[in-house]
Amino acid sequence: MIANAASPNHLQLTRDGQLRHFLTLDGLGRGLLTDILDTADSFIEVGERRIKKVPLLRGRTVVNLFFESSTRTRSTFELAAKRLSADVLNLDINTSATSKGESLSDTLLNLEAMASDMFVVRHAQSGAPHFIAESVTPGVAIINAGDGRHAHPTQAMLDMLTIRQHKGAFEGLKVAIVGDVLHSRVARSQIRALNELGAEQIRVIAPGTLLPKDVESLGCTVEYDMARGLKDLDVVIMLRLQKERMEGALLPSEREFYRLYGLSQEKLALAHPECIVMHPGPINRGVEIESSVADGPQSVILNQVTNGIAIRMAVMSMAMGGQVAERQQKLTELTERGQA
Amino acid sequence: MSSNERSSGVSLKITGGQLLDGHGVETSNMAMLIRGGRIAATGEAARHAEADQTFNADGCFITPGFVDLYCNLREPGNGQKGNIASETRAAAKGGFTTVCASPETSPVNDSRAVTHLIRDAAVTDSPIRVLPVGALTRGLEGEMLSDMAGLTAAGCIAVGNGSRGVRNARILRRCMAYAQTFGLTVMFRPENQSLAADGYAHDGLVTSRLGLLGIPEVAETASVMEMLLLAEETGVRLHLSQLSCGRSVEMIADARRRGIAVTADVAMHQLVFTEDALAGFDSRFHLRPPLRSEADRKALVAGVREGVIDAIVSQHLPHDSAAKQAPLPATEPGLSSIESVLSLGLSLVKRGELALSDLVRGLTSGPASVIGRAASIGHDDIADLCVFDPEAHWTPDDQSLISAGRHAPVFGQTLAGVVRLTLVEGQEAWVSA
Repeated sequence: MIANAASPNHLQLTRDGQLRHFLTLDGLGRGLLTDILDTADSFIEVGERRIKKVPLLRGRTVVNLFFESSTRTRSTFELAAKRLSADVLNLDINTSATSKGESLSDTLLNLEAMASDMFVVRHAQSGAPHFIAESVTPGVAIINAGDGRHAHPTQAMLDMLTIRQHKGAFEGLKVAIVGDVLHSRVARSQIRALNELGAEQIRVIAPGTLLPKDVESLGCTVEYDMARGLKDLDVVIMLRLQKERMEGALLPSEREFYRLYGLSQEKLALAHPECIVMHPGPINRGVEIESSVADGPQSVILNQVTNGIAIRMAVMSMAMGGQVAERQQKLTELTERGQA
Repeated sequence: MSSNERSSGVSLKITGGQLLDGHGVETSNMAMLIRGGRIAATGEAARHAEADQTFNADGCFITPGFVDLYCNLREPGNGQKGNIASETRAAAKGGFTTVCASPETSPVNDSRAVTHLIRDAAVTDSPIRVLPVGALTRGLEGEMLSDMAGLTAAGCIAVGNGSRGVRNARILRRCMAYAQTFGLTVMFRPENQSLAADGYAHDGLVTSRLGLLGIPEVAETASVMEMLLLAEETGVRLHLSQLSCGRSVEMIADARRRGIAVTADVAMHQLVFTEDALAGFDSRFHLRPPLRSEADRKALVAGVREGVIDAIVSQHLPHDSAAKQAPLPATEPGLSSIESVLSLGLSLVKRGELALSDLVRGLTSGPASVIGRAASIGHDDIADLCVFDPEAHWTPDDQSLISAGRHAPVFGQTLAGVVRLTLVEGQEAWVSA
């Protein structure tokens, strides 16, 4: 019987359910997400040592393949790889190969010839890391560092780690994501993670022009009114608003957006008194968040950055572990077949 | 069988199997005698006739040859993606005896010269009938009228926009009024370009989850409504091509009730697949219009069943591998589908969604009547035939596919339905033992 193609989760998991790529949170169960958080917790301690290194990726080459510019994400991936003792190569493809007309497939073939073990990929097109994972030689792990509007799974996991540190557990939590959900890969990954980890309520707060079609199908409720959306909230996540949204007639003006959906002290007072304030950065002060809130006692924005290194160490070591385990398993099978 | 001699006197007798006429009415085939490019005798008369050659069709269906209202043969200009020789042979393998060639070639078929070029190449390279469709506007740019009368004189059977839109409604209205002057059929793929914008997938559940840029349903339905109103006003014969939305079917049914001369088609893959096919970022299913929801798919199938949709097309659009070897948003839309149309259709029959007669009508008499032709297999009809075995299996893969494009809707899995014999005017266009 002809049917639609299956979802690609077989791509990122080994036969016994270990990570071998980290492309999306879709299809990853609560057990695996909790493993990632626990592993990251153990790496936080490494960052507090005088010598901040563990030898898990010693002798491995990690290539940071950034087709879209980034400062924070790339530097935390670089630090994470170095703390795992890997050799790191940073490639800013945005300004090199592709502008000379080389196709993505050709760029990859050249990079593979350098015997890399892991590609950390950021790309402006949704699905690019999937495409790369499907086309690289077996044994090379692909980590998604943000693709188009699709997913930013390490960002979502570092946000989950931050929430767990402050709230202890996800059960019973009321979480809101505010702002430009339509264009946000971060929001898509967060909604997925919060659902899987058992948050009680996930609200998205935005005007209709900044919400994807049928957004409720992702596992959230929609609130157009910020005051109602903030009521009894435990966690509020603000999203970055790109300036070009005014030009596409998605919003009338920054001022109107700030008035309706910006997070001010006054609005934050409507949430639970212990509500934490998060933002994936970089922040637009006075556009989506008031300075005094971003720097205030409820803000955990800088904790997010610290946690980013630990989460990336966790995901990189787990994916490399999965690749090694898989290769060993194949070798064993080959030997057994040879003996038989 | 050496086919070229047959029209000059070599006769063929097909025995056994079931006949399905263009409306899907089934009778058993005692025998069918083909001589001089026509069906010279059937039944008892054919059984006793002597023939130079015989073909045993036991276990097969014998139908009029399939007619495709929308396919791309990629010639002139896109040799790396296919050519008339490769793609018409693929079509013959798929059971097609007549294909309408989209004007979207390079250069665009907007002049007598290009129309002649296509027809001349077809005479030497094609085993089947190729009917060119002329461009609705010059260069398909949506700005100036094409030489519609000249194109028709050169052999175009209709004018159309291929897969490109016409941004300016005033120009569109004039195109339709001008086409009406000469009694031409306008084959139009409805899409409002400003609503479709940069999208490449159905704006719905899958685009929301995967962060793909959506084409909303209203991009099609707004254009369908505009076209129906313009057809009503200008009186042109309108054919809406490659529909994707359930709502479009409703609007067309309603327009017909009001007496508007409108016909419609849908691509076979729209009847089988949905937006879910993109779940793994599978660039093969990057299509334009996009695959939509299950509700849309069901409404399109019902449209074929109820005859609101007259024809099923292949929407064959072959590509070289580089065109599909990239992240989904950077790939080109289109499938190499013409070889799989019958098998996909039979899968719908097996599931009970379409009757075999609906499928045959949608591939034969339905499309033929849109372009003012017949598709029947009675005594003295032109011998354009397809003989297929519904139970035989094949696997679309690099070995079996004939099209220069390798991106078939099903690849590497077995499908039921194999065309055994395709005859065009009694000449063998495809045969497989």
